[in-house]
Amino acid sequence: MKKSTALNAPFQPASFAFRDVTKVREIIARYPKGRDQSAIMPLLDLAQRQVGEDGLKSAKPYGGWIPRAAMDEVAKLCGVAPMKVYEVATFYSMYNLEPVGKYLLQFCTTTPCWLCNASGVLQAAEKHLGIHVGDTTDDGYFTIMEVECLGACSNAPMVQINDHYYEDLTPEKMVEILKSFRQDVIPPSGPQNGRKGSMSIAGPTSLMDQAKKAGVI
Amino acid sequence: MLNDADRIYTNLYGWESFSLNDARKRGDWDNTKDILGKGRDWIIEEMKKSGLRGRGGAGFPTGMKWSFMPKEVKDRPHYLVINGDESEPGTCKDREILRHEPHKLIEGALIAAFAMQAHTAVIYVRGEFYDEASNLHKAILEARDAGLLGKNAAGSGWDFDIILHRGGGAYICGEETAMLESIEGKKGQPRNKPPFPAASGLYSCPTTINNVETIASVPAILRRGGAWFAGLGKDEKNTGTKLFCISGHVNNPCVVEEEMGIPMRELIEKHAGGVRGGWDNLKAVIPGGSSCPLLPKQICDTVLMDFDSLRAVQSGLGTAGLIVMDQSTDIVYAIARLSYFYMHESCGQCTPCREGTGWMWRMMMRLVKGNATIEEIDQLLDVSKEIEGHTICAHGDASAWPIQGLMRHFRNEVEDRIHAYRKAAKAA
Repeated sequence: MKKSTALNAPFQPASFAFRDVTKVREIIARYPKGRDQSAIMPLLDLAQRQVGEDGLKSAKPYGGWIPRAAMDEVAKLCGVAPMKVYEVATFYSMYNLEPVGKYLLQFCTTTPCWLCNASGVLQAAEKHLGIHVGDTTDDGYFTIMEVECLGACSNAPMVQINDHYYEDLTPEKMVEILKSFRQDVIPPSGPQNGRKGSMSIAGPTSLMDQAKKAGVI
Repeated sequence: MLNDADRIYTNLYGWESFSLNDARKRGDWDNTKDILGKGRDWIIEEMKKSGLRGRGGAGFPTGMKWSFMPKEVKDRPHYLVINGDESEPGTCKDREILRHEPHKLIEGALIAAFAMQAHTAVIYVRGEFYDEASNLHKAILEARDAGLLGKNAAGSGWDFDIILHRGGGAYICGEETAMLESIEGKKGQPRNKPPFPAASGLYSCPTTINNVETIASVPAILRRGGAWFAGLGKDEKNTGTKLFCISGHVNNPCVVEEEMGIPMRELIEKHAGGVRGGWDNLKAVIPGGSSCPLLPKQICDTVLMDFDSLRAVQSGLGTAGLIVMDQSTDIVYAIARLSYFYMHESCGQCTPCREGTGWMWRMMMRLVKGNATIEEIDQLLDVSKEIEGHTICAHGDASAWPIQGLMRHFRNEVEDRIHAYRKAAKAA
């Protein structure tokens, strides 16, 4: 469970309005009639992305988060009491309640990743950036978070950077990736050891005809 | 070993595109209308014949689950909810379906929804799977454009559409009633049962919740026949093929489709390149995702990977996510880390789970160092028993089982650590 006092913090902006009104309407219309409350989660996600877009243009960049004013706006749009939206926003770990770095690094350290040296990868990132879990770099570029299993266990260890997974990491590879992000060059996501998806790195052990057809073997 | 011809997921590794054109070439959406034309009773009967058991962990027979839905639609619409909140540590199989075989899932959703007279399915994809949800979203749009979804879906005369709902990063939403709460726009806290979802589920309407892999397997089963699926596997209760995810200390971790009941050793050696340092370097395997109690090497030597064989050794197949640990592993910490996971992911609704998961983690962290007394091992097991079975959902049970498994097989190691710590403390 998350605990935060951010909802009443001084950095909260006074107001929030969705820019993409069509998208808001489309989201609410996805759900059956009269079930507007279902749109809370996708609208919170939309709000977080909008704030993140603003952050890209800011002199000191920042990443997506959800101001309290946005929650109030979502409550209005969905026709529920603001508290219903605060409950949702504070329950789910993906909704950032306070500003984060432009690139949000979420390291999985749960057992399958830990067995594959997730701690080493995390420490390499901490050392390279000079910050610890929970901190943001002074330039506003990176925030490090430690998260629970991200469901890419056969490609451990891994980190989620904003929306994408970087898998099969080593401490050295992690530092390379961070250097690239610092230059705002987004490296290709997915496995970083040259393999495709979750196929064995030694080559396919099944689906031989398909593998031949695809030119994998 | 399973024949390639019997594998359902031929694009498991994403060698071809996930899009409709390529999916059709792989046999998806081939005369779906004819399958629906055989009627709901035939579909449910064939699913029962196939022996397919839910692929989300609990292993409940799918055909039977579908038959619990009301026979007639009354004033409330029926819903199908598809669980793609894959978050159990060690599990990464639904991800491959979502990103590489989404059309199998969409076609399966149409068939399953038709069988239970639902016009709407909600596919719940965990929020972190952004790329996977994007692929699925594109596939849904393709299917709509091709008339496979919407009014008269696939020419079947049945109106059907899909709502894609992305999660927000909460493991507990994989619990079926928490998932319903989440879709309704609330905190993901599990509901009391009864009423069961088939009577009162999403928006208080009759609902069936199935795992992604379960639904995505449906079209292949109905095309080739329930008997084909039932002919694969170990016995009539453990049939068919299964996606196995192998992680941890193996040479080549991977996800692979294999026959239900394959020996664990064969699975690891044939597909994952064996245990790092050889089979004799194996210490333990968590066979089915984090909540299944670990198994020491002597059991792994011979155990088969299916629901009943693993239950017989006091563990479970769960989601078939194998977490392999070699001799170098600090096994106490490995389990303590899972205790932290369960503490972090407890929804906070039931006291035994909310408080107990924290107690267990703190005790486990002391055991990692050995800073405890021998009696505390029993105290910890006692706490785990007080949590197990005393909560609304199975999260409490799932937090207790890994610790119970550790003490069942590696109690000596925990005791040794306590003795060593005390000896060192005395010497100091």
